[in-house]
Amino acid sequence: MEKFNKLSGHAIPLRITNVDTDMIIPKQFLKTIKRTGLGEFLFFELKFDQDGNKIDSFALNQDQYKGASILIAGKNFGCGSSREHAPWSIADYGIKCIIAPSYADIFYNNCFKNGILPIVLDEETVGRLQDTAENTLNFKIDLEKQNITYVENNEQKEISFDIDPAKKNCLLEGLDDIGLTLNKAVSIGNFEGNQEKETPWLYGNKLT
Amino acid sequence: MTDKKTIYDKIWESHVVSTNDDGTTILYIDRHLVHEVTSPQAFEGLRIAGRKVRRPEFTLATADHNVPTSDRDKGITDPDSKLQVDTLEQNAKENNITYLPMSDKRQGIVHIVGPEQGFTQPGMTIVCGDSHTSTHGAFGALAWGIGTSEVEHTLATQTLIQTKAKNMCIKITGKAIEGVTAKDIVLAIIRKIGTAGGTGYVIEYTGEAIRNLSMEGRMTICNMSIEAGARAGLISPDKTTFEYLKGRPLAPAGKEYDDAIKYWESLATDDGAHYDETVEINADDIIPQITWGTSPEDVVSIDGFVPDPKNEENADKKKSIERALDYMGLEPNTPVNEIKVDKVFIGSCTNGRIEDLRAVSIIAKGRKVAESVHAMIVPGSGLVKEQAEKEGLDKIFIDAGFDWRDPGCSMCLAMNADKLQPQERCASTSNRNFEGRQGRGGRTHLMSPQMAAAAAITGKLTDFRDL
Ligand code: SF4
Repeated sequence: MEKFNKLSGHAIPLRITNVDTDMIIPKQFLKTIKRTGLGEFLFFELKFDQDGNKIDSFALNQDQYKGASILIAGKNFGCGSSREHAPWSIADYGIKCIIAPSYADIFYNNCFKNGILPIVLDEETVGRLQDTAENTLNFKIDLEKQNITYVENNEQKEISFDIDPAKKNCLLEGLDDIGLTLNKAVSIGNFEGNQEKETPWLYGNKLT
Repeated sequence: MTDKKTIYDKIWESHVVSTNDDGTTILYIDRHLVHEVTSPQAFEGLRIAGRKVRRPEFTLATADHNVPTSDRDKGITDPDSKLQVDTLEQNAKENNITYLPMSDKRQGIVHIVGPEQGFTQPGMTIVCGDSHTSTHGAFGALAWGIGTSEVEHTLATQTLIQTKAKNMCIKITGKAIEGVTAKDIVLAIIRKIGTAGGTGYVIEYTGEAIRNLSMEGRMTICNMSIEAGARAGLISPDKTTFEYLKGRPLAPAGKEYDDAIKYWESLATDDGAHYDETVEINADDIIPQITWGTSPEDVVSIDGFVPDPKNEENADKKKSIERALDYMGLEPNTPVNEIKVDKVFIGSCTNGRIEDLRAVSIIAKGRKVAESVHAMIVPGSGLVKEQAEKEGLDKIFIDAGFDWRDPGCSMCLAMNADKLQPQERCASTSNRNFEGRQGRGGRTHLMSPQMAAAAAITGKLTDFRDL
């Protein structure tokens, strides 16, 4: 996985609460057997109406947000299905960081597995950042220092954020979880040996 | 610290393989269900890294999201769906994983197949690349949905890296009113705590009204834990659980069954164990529930009204009510039992089991589906279908004008051909009423099977007890 350290870019304000994974990537795009290429379908049904016309009022269709790498969203972002197609489409679109008051559990975890930094800030701060983002300001995000900086009215602003140290480290190092866990193969084997003694009915049965 | 533990604490502790330096835990995974949508990239990842499936015998695969629910002899006609299902079959074969194809009568929605086969048992850790894995918590198994990266991690290591959630207790006191189902109880819970109310928690459901539920009703409750934001839902196992498991193909038998019961009995939460949060709801207060909006927390009783955004002070909430009303094509203050429907969908991993179909048959018997309505019934698995036909339920459904179909997820998420047209309104027994969930522009009202059946008959949302 790619390492995440510093990020500098424009941010898209998305003022909708409870954005679910069906909105992020509608189901007609889940029939792929690949991880890549989903970016163009991100928020598809918010971008296009039923006749396939662009909805101009939607932020992702507006020129000023082209190439943005940050998404500033409403609370409970990413609820619904566990589909990892949601973070895949977000990452493939070029968004590397999301800022929101809260996330659904599975989506939040999925972000870290795909090199996306999900930042949690209080609702008021998120609202303020959404306003700021409308003026096409450049945001700088520093994961190591855990802060967001930007210039507004010629003034340098800084907002710090909290993050679980383990998750932070994973992003900074771009770690492959599976490789790390496989180093513990002996412990896993020992666990299985003990479990088979304690609860033998878990071992053996298989459907035919 | 007390030594009293919740069932969640107990299952968690008995599955710790090791604790990492960063405080995360490697947790052993006893069983893994796999379906076609969230697994191809995981198998691809294994192949690229040259890794093998550690425990193919603990893994069970079936296709459910994409499969057609009619004209099965024609196979899957959509080429993308076909590719996904064929890929699953191929991956299962290459990795020695049991796969139940469409032609096998045991095929169905993963969360219905697992319990049916006895694959799901108390005290287990169970995962699947699907958020409604929480269903299996009804057995006192710790079961949760994962993303594709974690599917790959589980396949390769039979473990996951986890941090422990907090304990929440939701106690439903008293007895449910006659005609009030598990679906009404869980909708009432989500109405109370909201779709983010359970975030960061594993919810344990307790209380008399929960104890009185059958295994199928318990599955309906745990199924929708995810709609309340929880990582998982759990019900401590008891006699009802043990009886359900007896004689299932993968359940322990003979002396092992007796040993297993001893172990399963030890899993129940200890008296006086600590919960980080407790919510109490009185079952007497619950009458049939339906959703009016586009979030599973937009719940109202069947004798209630569509909300008026004018009465909402919180600006954010006001906006989201307005957005939902606009999408749903509803006027504020409309009595919900005047809302007309075009379609009815009875099925899904929430309400696609035999007891659900029996309940529907009681309402359907001797009545007719309204002319303006297309009502489909999609059994949750081939075995549910077979059982229903053995009991003659299919005849009752067909006579009443219902469309009786083959098993799969179907219009719960509309990934196959079963979908709503824009602006069509549906009474649905599924679990999500998100915008576009059942087809772009489609409008979903969630409810119990009895309520959906009543809507089919009258053509509008109806308290089935008035029929
Ligand atoms: S029935 Fe619906 S909720 Fe259940 S697994 Fe299928 S798509 Fe998901």
